[in-house]
Amino acid sequence: MADDQKPKTKLLDELEKGPWPSFVKEIKQAGEKSPVCDDLLGQLELSYEEKKGHWKHGGIVGVLGYGGGVIGRYSDLPDKFPNVAHFHTMRVNQPAGWFYTSDAIRTLCDIWERHGSGLTNMHGSTGDIIFLGTKTSELEPAFKELTEAGFDLGGSGSAMRTPSCCVGPARCEWSCYDTLKTCDDLTRQYQDEMHRPPFPYKFKIKCSGCPNDCVASIARADLSIIGTWKDDIRQDDAAVAQYARAGLDIRKDVCDRCPTRCMEWDGQKLAINNRECVHCMHCINVMPKALRPGQERGATLLIGSKAPIVQGALLSSVLVPFVPENELMDTLKELIRRIWEFWDEYGNNRERVGELIQRVGMANFLDAIGLDPAPEMVAAPRDNPYIFFQKEEAAAEPEPAGA
Amino acid sequence: MSAQAAKRITDIGPPHYDKFLHPVIKKNYGKWVYHETLAPGVLCHVAESGDRIYTVRAGSPRLLSVQTLRRFADLADKYCGGHLRFTSRNNVEFLLDNKEKIEALKKELNELGFPVGGTNNAISNIVHTQGWVHCHSSATDASGIVKAVMDVLYDRFTHEDLPAKLRVALACCLNMCGAVHCSDIAILGIHRRPPKIQHDVLSKVCELPTLISSCPTGAIRTKTVDGKQSVEVVEEQCMYCGNCYTVCPAMPMNDPENDGISIWVGGKVSNARSAPKFSKLAIPYLPNNPPRWPEVVRAVVNIVDVYAKNAKKFERLGEWIDRIGWPRFFELTGIPFTRYHIDDFKHAGLSYARSAHIRF
Repeated sequence: MADDQKPKTKLLDELEKGPWPSFVKEIKQAGEKSPVCDDLLGQLELSYEEKKGHWKHGGIVGVLGYGGGVIGRYSDLPDKFPNVAHFHTMRVNQPAGWFYTSDAIRTLCDIWERHGSGLTNMHGSTGDIIFLGTKTSELEPAFKELTEAGFDLGGSGSAMRTPSCCVGPARCEWSCYDTLKTCDDLTRQYQDEMHRPPFPYKFKIKCSGCPNDCVASIARADLSIIGTWKDDIRQDDAAVAQYARAGLDIRKDVCDRCPTRCMEWDGQKLAINNRECVHCMHCINVMPKALRPGQERGATLLIGSKAPIVQGALLSSVLVPFVPENELMDTLKELIRRIWEFWDEYGNNRERVGELIQRVGMANFLDAIGLDPAPEMVAAPRDNPYIFFQKEEAAAEPEPAGA
Repeated sequence: MSAQAAKRITDIGPPHYDKFLHPVIKKNYGKWVYHETLAPGVLCHVAESGDRIYTVRAGSPRLLSVQTLRRFADLADKYCGGHLRFTSRNNVEFLLDNKEKIEALKKELNELGFPVGGTNNAISNIVHTQGWVHCHSSATDASGIVKAVMDVLYDRFTHEDLPAKLRVALACCLNMCGAVHCSDIAILGIHRRPPKIQHDVLSKVCELPTLISSCPTGAIRTKTVDGKQSVEVVEEQCMYCGNCYTVCPAMPMNDPENDGISIWVGGKVSNARSAPKFSKLAIPYLPNNPPRWPEVVRAVVNIVDVYAKNAKKFERLGEWIDRIGWPRFFELTGIPFTRYHIDDFKHAGLSYARSAHIRF
């Protein structure tokens, strides 16, 4: 397309200026090969002028045999911007940890240049590779080339979403279980649930290797898997002393910042009361050469986090305080099976598992999935005396403990 | 089954990550001992074997053309034996086994316009949603605001000079595809008017029971309009969540005059020191003012600057506010406290000040 036929984008051109990399430049660059991008820019410029979006409510589109992985998107001004009349998104399973070779990147680029706009997100919020914008007729051909290259689609709608994980043992000394392997195993295990929506609503799993939680699993996953350790923090006293000599104020910056004040520094030696440590990671973050997570490693499993829609935002809460690393995958599969069974039976339409737990109560949920209550699951025991005693227990009148 | 259908490949999942790992990573997988930061955006991880892997992190606009991705691939070939990765905050990371190549790579990245930084006590990249580029329910754009904010906060990305890490996120509506609700600073698109019901088409395109049950406050009731089956919305009960629009296209929320931005502060997901927490409302409404949203940029920069000046070392934004209290936060930032800051949804009472602990 000749330059004089390019859309006039006075407002968007403003966003090519300034030091931060510009998405407008990216769209224009893709537009050198793909006329779709000109109409995308034209429509976006109109949104900037009118202060409103011009995409219609998504329709159901997809590839043969899948009920998810493609987000239907249509322009509400198809006559004016015919090249984005359809502008569907394909979600593509990312490799665990978001690692690539240059060849893999080029393969993805070639496929998307042939069959779509040439615009991507690396990556979407859930973690998938996002191919942004194509026609309905290009979905099957793009899918065919993707699968031939070893890639597959992610989930959408009331389906399992592609799990995601932090960089884990691939490049982090703090990872308390193999987040990449766990994420990859789960992604493969639940391809069917990802591609053929079977649930009341979406289900997300995120794997963080330590309580720093670099993939925000506690805020963004129905099932949060957060690495932790059970034994003592590994401590290198010589390295601690080195930090002190280098000017770190260990009392102020490490001990006083410890949430349980479980450490003391006498100017010579750091003493940690590991029984009172809550595994927050602060001291380890500050002195990575001197302190390391212990060696009895595994994960804490938490359940139920989500964004506000429908009944309000939730953070995940503790479901299993500790699973040893070697039991993690079996435990996860069994727990997930029981959680899904209960949710499938009792969840309302568009009710996330966290909302279901709020509605029926955690104790009932624990009964349903066969877990015993544990004090690690609550910030504090209830403070309200309206207790729903179970009939059979009240009838049995057990001797109160400690009476 | 035809021969062609038989060949169709499905349900294979992603390529195994093992194929994409740098040889030094493969060799030292799970055997890293410690890391250090050589410069903002440059990390060195040291393994038990003594091997080192260097990481150079650069910010991206998230929305990337295949041309830019190929440029990243070329850089990976030139400096990293073809190995690169992306972070959960849309940064690109180049993985090197040769320290000597770091400066040349940084130089090329800077020349291409991709800033190196985003580690430790820097502001990392803003995670964000699609906005007007690709979403039907957005109350604002995403990429444009992020670009405008990061242009001004650029030096905070390339320098690690904040008291602690600071994570900014943007979601263009309450659906929060970007799950911004636990960020140090969240920029959130909001609607402020009830849906404009399209009575003509509603019963043709929507299931009424699904629509009615979609409302978290029960504000939607059936109503016959001009002889057609439709619904009405009890305005006093509508909190503009847009959930009805998600299940029914005949309930559009878009409103150029009233849609805009709210700003939330003090959330975190890390367990370091204090427990993870939600972001709290700082500013209930700022106008949509494209292309550069100056009101939003000013508001975010103000909060960052006041935090940077007043917080103690290692205090995340929310931890700083926990120490100084909300009245002082509003005083220092000059943000007015209004009726909208007081919660009135479920469990609202838990957010009331239930003690006489007051700072004067």
